[in-house]
Amino acid sequence: MSIWLLGRLAQAVMVLAVMSVVVHGLMGLMPGDPIDLMIASDPNLTPADAIRLKTLYGLDQPWGQRYLAWAAQVIQGELGYSRLFAQPVLAVIGPALLNSLTLMLAALVLSLLLAVPLGMVAAQRPGSLIDHAINASAFASASLPTFWLGLMLMLVFAVSLGWLPAGGMQSLGGDGGGLIDGLRHMALPVATLAIAGLGQYARHTRAAMLAEAGQDYIRTARAKGCGPVRIALKHQWRNALLPLITLLGLEFGSLFSGALITETVFGWPGMGKLIADAVMGNDFNLALSALMLATAMTLAGSLLADMAMARLDPRISLR
Amino acid sequence: MRRDLPALIGTLILALLLAATVAAPFVAADPETMNLAAIHAPPSLSHPLGTDELGRDVAARLLHGGRVSLAVALATALLAAFLGTAIGLLAGYHGGRLDALLMRLTDGVMALPLLPLLIVLAALDPAKLGIGPEAQSTEAFTIGRMVVIIALVGWTGAARLVRAQTMTVKARDYVRAATALGATPARIMLRHILPNVASPMVVAATLSVGNIILVESALSFLGLGVQPPMASWGNMLTGAMNVIWSAPLQALWPGLAIFVTVLAFNLAGDGLQRRLDPRKV
Repeated sequence: MSIWLLGRLAQAVMVLAVMSVVVHGLMGLMPGDPIDLMIASDPNLTPADAIRLKTLYGLDQPWGQRYLAWAAQVIQGELGYSRLFAQPVLAVIGPALLNSLTLMLAALVLSLLLAVPLGMVAAQRPGSLIDHAINASAFASASLPTFWLGLMLMLVFAVSLGWLPAGGMQSLGGDGGGLIDGLRHMALPVATLAIAGLGQYARHTRAAMLAEAGQDYIRTARAKGCGPVRIALKHQWRNALLPLITLLGLEFGSLFSGALITETVFGWPGMGKLIADAVMGNDFNLALSALMLATAMTLAGSLLADMAMARLDPRISLR
Repeated sequence: MRRDLPALIGTLILALLLAATVAAPFVAADPETMNLAAIHAPPSLSHPLGTDELGRDVAARLLHGGRVSLAVALATALLAAFLGTAIGLLAGYHGGRLDALLMRLTDGVMALPLLPLLIVLAALDPAKLGIGPEAQSTEAFTIGRMVVIIALVGWTGAARLVRAQTMTVKARDYVRAATALGATPARIMLRHILPNVASPMVVAATLSVGNIILVESALSFLGLGVQPPMASWGNMLTGAMNVIWSAPLQALWPGLAIFVTVLAFNLAGDGLQRRLDPRKV
């Protein structure tokens, strides 16, 4: 187990290292560099200043040197300064991480609370009308473009009905900042994400429940006189959880990397929006750190899922 | 038959869409002609779905946007399937070190947060890759750029599928017979293994088209995909979002088009899976 874990950790570090080289290289291929942008925004900057600044920031060095310098700093915990927010990268990422976590966790819980019962009901009578209906809505939810779903919810609940705010995290002025105000702002993005994830979870729950339905222990339970509800909840569901855990492990990373599109649509200042803004605003340090964090969390998620599986299912042994 | 009904509907919708988008240049108005005297015009005979914030015909833009979205999606699915098949065949057939290396690469790409990575790729400066400004402004470049970017991260599923399939087929007698007769590895892979991995590949590719349309429209929506004034369903929604308070219905049509198309591809793919690969259902 521990050898297996060490191997996986080493592999994750390898992927991260390769990823950092690739992303660092790609960022260098984006239009302009920070000093070019400074020149464009400040007419008083002389060419001599520009050259001095480029030397100061090491931008005149070849790419390999710049990567090594950056990597050495990051390993020492120095993530640098965000140009876009004029703050240290860590100070920018912290709040964004918290905002994404709140949003994504709420959406995940809501989605599961709806999808799991639906999937279970559908699996009770495969091929029945209710199974078809649930299947069809699961298909529909998987085919929805999230940004459009967000826009439509905004259109109905914010523009037409005026019940909920269209974006942001809190109201400006006197009535902003309270818990109720915060929840009202969360409602639409959370609903968007929950609906978008619904189909996937319902389909997986249904498949996992059906896979267990033919097992011997179910027949045994039925033979000893268990009712269908008790069988489904006590016997079938516990085993059907296993494949769902793998799925959740894959979702784990997105709790931290946020929902790029939904956050952008609703102006929610989370990690997804931060990554998009940093990449488009050519904020080198911020974009790199945020992307690396998102990658690390995705890797951690799949590792955690594998460990949980091995823990819960003795049939699986980790090599 | 009843089980095939959704797939039939999906295929029918796709056929209609394809016909409509192919016919677009002949039946629809010019999608880039602006008419500032008729901004946000309500639906009328000359503009069946009204006009947008620059007075352009919404129906025409939908059809032309569909051309772009479908072309990008189909080409991407093909390229991704090609890459995935090549990598999967090599890994599955040769095994050993090459297999380990290719599969670690696949796992690595799969573990990446896709959308952020796509944004980085889409934001690259073509000039720094040695593509001149003239080549950049062509329609072919716009479409080709999207195809390459999405295919670069989209081949992993196909690679895993083909590798697994190749490994089972490799042990069959007819492959061993071909080896004994002295066939080269390339010939065995292309003549004997490829036809046997083709049908699950077709299913996977069809099912991937829907996702690719979602990704492409998301990138275009964020302003990193198909660039205005060229219409795409994604960038029409960007425009619609800016005028959501004054002309809310603008946001309806492009999204509906994406939704119906993706749904149709998913239904058709699901039906194809039942037909070609009944064990998996």
